[in-house]
Amino acid sequence: MALRKPKLAVWKFSSCDGCQLSLLDCEDELLAVAGAVEIANFPEASRAVLKGPYDLSLVEGSITTPHDAERIHGIRRASKFLVTIGACATAGGIQALRNFKEVKEFISIVYARPDYIETLKKSTPITDHVFVDFELRGCPINKYQLVEVISAFLNGRKPNTPLHSVCAECKQRGTVCVMVARGTPCLGPVTQVGCGAICPAYDRGCYGCFGPKETPNTSSLSSGWTQLGVRERDLMRAFRGFNAYAEPFRRESEAHEK
Amino acid sequence: MKSRTIKVDCLARVEGEGALVVKISGNQVTDIKFRIFEPPRFFEAFLRGRRFDEAPDITARICGICPIAYQMSACHAMEDAFGVKVMGPLRALRRLIYCGEWIESHALHVYLLHAPDFLGYEDAIRMAKDHPQEVQRGLRLKKAGNGIVSLLGGREIHPVNVRVGGFYKVPSKRELSTLTEELKWAREAALDTVRWVATFSFPEFERDYEFVALRHPDEYPFNEGRLVSNKGLDISIREYEQYFLEEHVAHSNALHSRLKERDAYFVGPQARYSLNFDKLSPLSQEAARAAGLGKTCRNPFQSIIVRSVELVQVCDEALRLIDQYEMPDGPAVKVEPRTSTGYGCTEAPRGIVYHRYRMDDRGIILDAKIVPPTSQNQKTIEGDLWQFVPANIAMQKDKLQWRCEQAIRNYDPCISCATHFLKLQIETE
Repeated sequence: MALRKPKLAVWKFSSCDGCQLSLLDCEDELLAVAGAVEIANFPEASRAVLKGPYDLSLVEGSITTPHDAERIHGIRRASKFLVTIGACATAGGIQALRNFKEVKEFISIVYARPDYIETLKKSTPITDHVFVDFELRGCPINKYQLVEVISAFLNGRKPNTPLHSVCAECKQRGTVCVMVARGTPCLGPVTQVGCGAICPAYDRGCYGCFGPKETPNTSSLSSGWTQLGVRERDLMRAFRGFNAYAEPFRRESEAHEK
Repeated sequence: MKSRTIKVDCLARVEGEGALVVKISGNQVTDIKFRIFEPPRFFEAFLRGRRFDEAPDITARICGICPIAYQMSACHAMEDAFGVKVMGPLRALRRLIYCGEWIESHALHVYLLHAPDFLGYEDAIRMAKDHPQEVQRGLRLKKAGNGIVSLLGGREIHPVNVRVGGFYKVPSKRELSTLTEELKWAREAALDTVRWVATFSFPEFERDYEFVALRHPDEYPFNEGRLVSNKGLDISIREYEQYFLEEHVAHSNALHSRLKERDAYFVGPQARYSLNFDKLSPLSQEAARAAGLGKTCRNPFQSIIVRSVELVQVCDEALRLIDQYEMPDGPAVKVEPRTSTGYGCTEAPRGIVYHRYRMDDRGIILDAKIVPPTSQNQKTIEGDLWQFVPANIAMQKDKLQWRCEQAIRNYDPCISCATHFLKLQIETE
């Protein structure tokens, strides 16, 4: 009897589609991945939809509407493993900037007829709503980490994705520290690795798109930035980016909001 | 103050999940609604209070498929506001990174998203079983485009190297020339693409569209030019809001755009092509002619050929830019913020994307307006269906459904999943 191929599903909530596009950006691996699994639901790539249950669900995007807050439960029930991909799904994304303001005001700024719009007050990560088996960080995620996570789950092992700071990756690349050597403010010391430490390699400071690393010392980094002449408002903005609602970044941005 | 801002900022970002409802009563189509139900994300609202130099990175997150388009429009708007012009090699590098995005985005759409419709497959992965060479070619082309974006931008999606005034770091001539070999292959592959898609069969379908695109005196348009149409529009980017209007309709979370004087219009490859045929390189023109295209293309189903011709164009252009590149003295022009308003409009792979920002003296954004291509095409997409469905009403329901989906995919709506996530209902009363 032939072995049944595991069913892979990709689900989208509020997002830019970039993280699921990462799967299609695996130009060299795409057909191999597609050969190892049965793609059961991946609207960005296919109009075919197969019924659940699914062996692995990849969830992109944050929860921002009452309908989506319901929908995620159905997906959880139909999935053996549920992995969230990207800053929207793991931290609420850039659209979580609404969480710091009054959302009604936001709606009226953008839409002429606010009564047509249905939205929740906050943009929240998937893990606030259902149990999540694994969170893959990044805005956007790293496609090689994505392939690693897929193969790990399909083979019943833990994904090998490090949790330390971007600084380690800069050292591995041989990038001279932009903060120490040039006085460029950098979020690298408190940000999780995974991107490949690209910003410092391109002569700019990290802007935190992989979110807080394990036990980040954000206030110490803020003092360092202050010594470089960064003002309070700019510190607040720096922590209030693509992972603004991730707890350590949220607290730090609020500490500088006056 | 509040009521004034409501009036000024009646704008949505668009993209994502769409649905289509077609209602048929007897032999009459009674209603068609192309609905975008992507949850709103309020970019224009939370851009307020951010610094001008954050706009390129923040607005990139509107779309994972065409982040460069948002970065370019944001940069140009900011530079317009602060009276800065980016010239010479920096300007050329911007064109080059845009070439990369067009190649990546067009190859994705032509091979992975649109071609399966013509050949009758649910997706490219299934298509790859019967057409492995073509799908492999599409993936490699896409990778060639991503190669440019990665080298210049640091990564394919949400690149980190673009900034107001230029870049954070510029490549050496030698680094850039590592792209040449693969792009030479890509140019040949793009020519093969045109030949391949020209063999598809296309429904007989034409409409008298108003095409809107940028037009530049010397170049096929990317970042600069005047906004023109085939029905007499010829304006500077700053005049955009005097001529175009956005409306909020109940069935969509995307605002519908229209021309104040004439209603619906059409942006994207077909509009660019039809308004700028004379600016295509000789190689691209020849490929278009050989594929049977005229100087204007009014059949939206043939957009796949036009997109493929543009693939030839940008591979050709990328090679030219790399060949002529000389490393600039610095990676960026200095930018000093001041109280001002700036306007930017560039050609995303799927059509014009317009940005307008107002800043205070420290460069803090006071308000922002962004009009993406898909919201501009929404009305035209619905118009196509109003003509297409009645003409094909005898078609079997499943077949008609697929054709309607294909008609929407003609426009490569930003986030193609918008159309691949289509929930099409045909209600027969």
